[in-house]
Amino acid sequence: MEQWFYNDNLGRGPDNEEILLAGVSIRGVSKSFGSANILNGISLDICDGEFLTLLGPSGCGKSTLLRIIAGLERQDCGTIEVAGNKVDHLRPKRRDVAMVFQSYALYPHLTVSENMALPLRMGRLSAWRRLPVIGALLPGARSVSAEIKTEVARTAKALGIDHLLARKPGQLSGGQRQRVAVGRAMVRHPAVFLMDEPLSNLDAKLRVQMRGEIKELHRRLGVTFIYVTHDQTEAMTMSDRIAVMLDGQLAQAASPQQIYASPADRRVAELIGAPKINLLEAAPRGEGLLAVAGSTLALDSKLDDGNSVTLGIRPESLQFAERAGLNTLTGRLRYVEHLGTDLFAHVDVPGSSEPLVARLPVEFASNLQSDQTVHLRVRREQALLFSADGRRLSESDGQFTQLRSCAG
Amino acid sequence: MNLSMKIMAGSVRHAILLATGTLVLLPFLWMVSLSLKPPAELFSSSFKLLPEHWFAVENYTKALTAAPLPRFMLNGVIVCAAILLLQIIVCAPAAYALAKIRFAGREVIFGIVLIGLLIPHQVLALPLFILCYWLGILNTYAALIVPFVVSPFGIFLLRQFFMSIPDDIIHAARLDGLSELSIVWRIMLPMSLPAVIAFSIVSVVGHWNDLFWPLLVVHSQGFMPPSLGIVTFANAEAGNDYGPLMAGATLVVAPLVICFFAAQRWFIEGLTAGSVK
Ligand SMILES: Nc1ncnc2c1ncn2[C@@H]1O[C@H](COP(=O)(O)OP(=O)(O)OP(=O)(O)O)[C@@H](O)[C@H]1O
Ligand SMILES: [Mg+2]
Repeated sequence: MEQWFYNDNLGRGPDNEEILLAGVSIRGVSKSFGSANILNGISLDICDGEFLTLLGPSGCGKSTLLRIIAGLERQDCGTIEVAGNKVDHLRPKRRDVAMVFQSYALYPHLTVSENMALPLRMGRLSAWRRLPVIGALLPGARSVSAEIKTEVARTAKALGIDHLLARKPGQLSGGQRQRVAVGRAMVRHPAVFLMDEPLSNLDAKLRVQMRGEIKELHRRLGVTFIYVTHDQTEAMTMSDRIAVMLDGQLAQAASPQQIYASPADRRVAELIGAPKINLLEAAPRGEGLLAVAGSTLALDSKLDDGNSVTLGIRPESLQFAERAGLNTLTGRLRYVEHLGTDLFAHVDVPGSSEPLVARLPVEFASNLQSDQTVHLRVRREQALLFSADGRRLSESDGQFTQLRSCAG
Repeated sequence: MNLSMKIMAGSVRHAILLATGTLVLLPFLWMVSLSLKPPAELFSSSFKLLPEHWFAVENYTKALTAAPLPRFMLNGVIVCAAILLLQIIVCAPAAYALAKIRFAGREVIFGIVLIGLLIPHQVLALPLFILCYWLGILNTYAALIVPFVVSPFGIFLLRQFFMSIPDDIIHAARLDGLSELSIVWRIMLPMSLPAVIAFSIVSVVGHWNDLFWPLLVVHSQGFMPPSLGIVTFANAEAGNDYGPLMAGATLVVAPLVICFFAAQRWFIEGLTAGSVK
């Protein structure tokens, strides 16, 4: 594999040490287009050098937030800080951020090397020196141009696109265009990389490869990455932290493991995990008991009767059980999907239109026939309870939400 | 069988195209033919395309010497080039603002541009003439150029083309440090090359051949564009001497034809370059 990167100019010098404290701070940013509220008071601190993924369904305002950070769109209220400095009054080019667009947004009339050189030429050559013909004759122009050329060549080499420098974007494949777009962002050595679904136009195989390469790029550069995607696999595999956006609000920002294991919101739980988390309507019944799908589960503490709640169970939180018992759900097996090491059992349970999906070790395959009755035990420490409005019920509410252990 | 059908259909198609093409080209052919003939043959009853006695040298020499035809042509080049250059300088930023920048009153201004598109130039001739008089630019190059600098057609055409360029490209350019004006010159115009060339052809042909406005504002030969020059030449110098007159007309049209063929190559290239992506 070619080297993604070059070694000089990377580290920010000792005089920039304080930059390490803060990457990007988003403080109460709101934005509406006409009457549509797209962003509602988003606040988020992103550490320097962090790889943060913005995850959310289509149309939830991820790209809009990215454009606001870049200064391409003006927020209605709130502030953006980059490296501890407010940048709201700064033009995009002064914010020390670079962006890779979903559509790549390469200039079709310029060659790859001209595309990559443009940000450097704009930054380092005065308007006169950029003029065709005359510009090259002005003092200094030639040496700066040569310098830019070598830098572009070096970046291109690091990205493995040095043989494409003379081509126009129209003559490149999707993956090559994607690299050029990354290269154009890289040559500027920005403090923050903004990437808006950079892999969504690639085929599955290339996407996996580029995922690794972008992660490696982040490791080598050590600068802040804000990466937009609605692909949960990308988010889970690449990020230090995932910020889940729903309906213009930040639903949760946490590490991939935390987002998966303890989602703050029912919709976050639904967004992450494939197959999707099983959600079952549940009704508290008297002393710490919960009626779910015709079975009874025991809770660690009391929930008010009459408050309907939703029980969320990940497929791997269900275990095969020989017979019904406490914390066991019973249903009829619809069908089984084999995955090699594991299998997904789709089980119809009373009171739910969608089948419950359980991920079971493949040894159980012989025990499972279509239409037979199966019992599934819920791993108590992994079951999640959500209130009617979708919030996760947690200890801070005074309502302990774990299932009681079978023994006690 | 199938092949002969194809050949049949092809020949019918070509016959129709040839017939209509000839109809359009005939006056030009006749013009060129007349410019090659001596006066005696001009009105002979038998129609011949080529002259019996070649008189081309005499006709063209007279056309070039009797009237300051080179001067007229130079004026034409100066006027057309200045108009086109200023039109693009004015229209491209205006089109960019109307296509890509959100500001209050944008729709109203675009509406005004559309109205401007509908008004024939002749309607504005009188007020423009008075304006030129007040400015004291009558009978100068400026009088031939200034009234055409703002072209609603150019603004409209470029705006439509700019609309189709994705916003992400403009965002990328802003991040790369381009100012709004350099976005226009470095990104939008080069990406709209087919539209720019189409507009250039329309503009140059229109103003090279324009007779109406020059007739109103210019009376000294030093500023006359070719079409007006030919007319005065016909009246004053040539009289019924059609040979040299046709020679002059041929010379006036020739640069346009040459330019058009040259531009056509670019035109087609520009169009296909966009579609290959
Ligand atoms: N310039 C604009 N004018 C009006 N509405 C806009 C504008 N830009 C975005 N929107 C609206 O804002 C909402 C959020 O758009 P945005 O592009 O940020 O979504 P997204 O989260 O990036 O979605 P996707 O994952 O599909 O890219 C959408 O409903 C969109 O229609
Ligand atoms: Mg988007």
